[in-house]
Amino acid sequence: MEQASPGEPAGSARIGEVTEASTTEFTAQSYVLHDAPAFGSFVRASDGEVDVFAVVANAWTGSVDPGRRPVARGQDEEDEEDVYRRNPELQEILRTEFTALVVGFRDAGGAYHQRLPRRPARLHAFVHSCAPDEVAGFAERLDFLPTLLGGAAGAPADELVAACVREASAARGHDRAFLVRSGKELAVLLAMDLNRLSAVLRRLRQ
Amino acid sequence: MTASEQGARDGAPRPPSLQGRRDGEVGAWGSTAPGRSLGRIVSGSLSEGLEARLDASTSVEDMAVGRYIVVAGEKRRFFGMITDVELGASNAQLTLSPPDVSDPFIAEVIAGTSTFGTLKVQPMLTIDEESGAPQPVKTVPTHFSPVCEASEDDVSTVFGKEDEAHFYIGQPIDMDTKVCIDLRRLVQRSSGVFGKSGTGKTFLTRLLLVGIVKKDVAVNLVFDMHNEYGWLGSSEEHGQGVKGLQALFRSKVAIFTLDEKSSRARGVSPDYVVEIGYDQIEPADFELLQEALNMTPAQIESIYKLVRVFGERHWLARFMDLAPEERERLAADNGLNPSTLQVLYRHLENRVLRLPFIKREVMDNSVQRILECLGRGMNVVLEFGRHQSLEAYILVANILTRRIHERYVEAMEQAMGDQTAKPRPLVITIEEAHKFLNPKVADLTIFGTIAREMRKHNVTLLVVDQRPSSISDEVMSQIGTRITCLLDDEKDTAAVLGGIPGGQALRSVLARLDSKQQALILGHAVPMPVVIRTREYGSLESYRELTAADAPASGPGPQRPTIRSLEDLFK
Repeated sequence: MEQASPGEPAGSARIGEVTEASTTEFTAQSYVLHDAPAFGSFVRASDGEVDVFAVVANAWTGSVDPGRRPVARGQDEEDEEDVYRRNPELQEILRTEFTALVVGFRDAGGAYHQRLPRRPARLHAFVHSCAPDEVAGFAERLDFLPTLLGGAAGAPADELVAACVREASAARGHDRAFLVRSGKELAVLLAMDLNRLSAVLRRLRQ
Repeated sequence: MTASEQGARDGAPRPPSLQGRRDGEVGAWGSTAPGRSLGRIVSGSLSEGLEARLDASTSVEDMAVGRYIVVAGEKRRFFGMITDVELGASNAQLTLSPPDVSDPFIAEVIAGTSTFGTLKVQPMLTIDEESGAPQPVKTVPTHFSPVCEASEDDVSTVFGKEDEAHFYIGQPIDMDTKVCIDLRRLVQRSSGVFGKSGTGKTFLTRLLLVGIVKKDVAVNLVFDMHNEYGWLGSSEEHGQGVKGLQALFRSKVAIFTLDEKSSRARGVSPDYVVEIGYDQIEPADFELLQEALNMTPAQIESIYKLVRVFGERHWLARFMDLAPEERERLAADNGLNPSTLQVLYRHLENRVLRLPFIKREVMDNSVQRILECLGRGMNVVLEFGRHQSLEAYILVANILTRRIHERYVEAMEQAMGDQTAKPRPLVITIEEAHKFLNPKVADLTIFGTIAREMRKHNVTLLVVDQRPSSISDEVMSQIGTRITCLLDDEKDTAAVLGGIPGGQALRSVLARLDSKQQALILGHAVPMPVVIRTREYGSLESYRELTAADAPASGPGPQRPTIRSLEDLFK
């Protein structure tokens, strides 16, 4: 499970390590199998200078060796968990990874910036889930929404935006005013595509 | 502009003149609280008016045409009036497939973003930041200048405080500030009170007359067709009637009447009973009456002929003395059609000379009496009593005014020659003005002349009418101040707003006035067009306010003796 990190804010936890990084996104492996951060939640990883903030856009679990596909093992088991109990090596040959879209960074002074950092996150940088205070602080401004609407690592952008805003709203204590403000920002951004707007708004509301 | 961009803009450095001022905060011409922020200017022009987009927090339903707004431009403030309210959508598709607004969240999100309200604003005045003086508007504010409701202080800065020339006539819509009109400017040019029947023309006219009497900026001569202005006027709100001019200002107003019996029956003790002699009636009077009396051009021509035959003073008396056979002889001798002459005789006998105030010979000179009163600063209300027919009104108003005007012209010329005091400015109030000033007769009546000559001879008109479109364009263009209650006929609206800068934008304002106690004032006596709720008139409190410091409080006290002769006046 999540490992509490000393010196990290309450609610934040070390959850994985960057395995692939670019300016716009990074991929990380979860330390715990099947324990990817929630879709649309905020994570951060350091580039050595600043904390890169990203939104989880996709997650998957598969074989460590791309050449070896997992095979079914539980036909005779009563319980799913028994499969892992009887095959402890599964924990080693399977892995859970997730991709997060970079939406901004926090500088050394603690100020949040809603633009791409100068450098991508470092490989093997520790990935932390963001504490509610960090999410609330970062999402104070909504300039990251166009980034999410623009591109997602294989995830439907509308779903991602809706999930992210809901996560941010939850971090702010399920703040309805924040939801409405985000909705208004989206209404402006998607003014020319009303079908998309109404799809996103319906997802926000649920 | 996205919401976040707007946020960034708000934080951006502002021009020096606006530094230290929060966005949307307009301030006022002093250190007063600004009105509520409404939105921002997004487009527009000086000629067509400005368009402001409302903030999401401002509901279009809170807006109203005719209300004032203030736009904080970069260098100066603009004072304007809302002339239209519109619904806008960022995407036309939205109007084709409306979103599900039954969901409060979606409704809240799209309000002000996908859908929004816009205001059409007519800029009227600018206020320079440094001097603070209102000036005519000659430019428009920059893009995205914040728009605020005008505060009460803003309005009172523009419309001034009540003083020796400014008269408090009402309040702007939804405000308690006083709107004052400059009566000195009002009486400089002719003015008009217009409005459909039953919208409060008489009420407003009475208020204006009270103002003119109170501020003593001119003397009034009121041709009071329906006996509304002298002692007691009718009021739908105050069932028992409201006080007229004399009831408020006993020492300043004289009531003349054409129908003493009616006046006394109404509890009025008239100061003088007006009679018109045959010798005072001129052929031009009949040209005016042509329509009212259904006279033919041939009959009018015959009248002129009669004048040539009998002379100017006695034509009517001598014609009426003729026996039928004498009339035939007259026709034969002068090449007139005998039957036309017969019809003319009957017309005169039955329609004109039967009027009881028309006498073959009158001992006294009504015009002289009126002039004496006016010369002493007394205002004159001429009641028509039961003689409310149009022909009586037209005849009397024209005959009296013609002579009074002649005397005023003489007095003015003398004043210019001798450098003596000019006669007091005179305001003549006429009702049903289009009967005197329609294009067919405007050139014939003295009223057309007065309207055109304007203040040259210190005589101006206060015309009261419900069909301004029937008034000659030439006369209309000379009407400096126009006070209009509700008008919904397009021609009338166009006539009232013609020649006023930005006037067309006020059409929707004019057509949406309440049918009671609301009026649009525009022109010479106000710095900018203004929609008012007329001030209260009819309660004891209102009488006290109106007479305060100008005349001792009056009431139904002992009636003054009726002035019967010139000597009486100087007793």
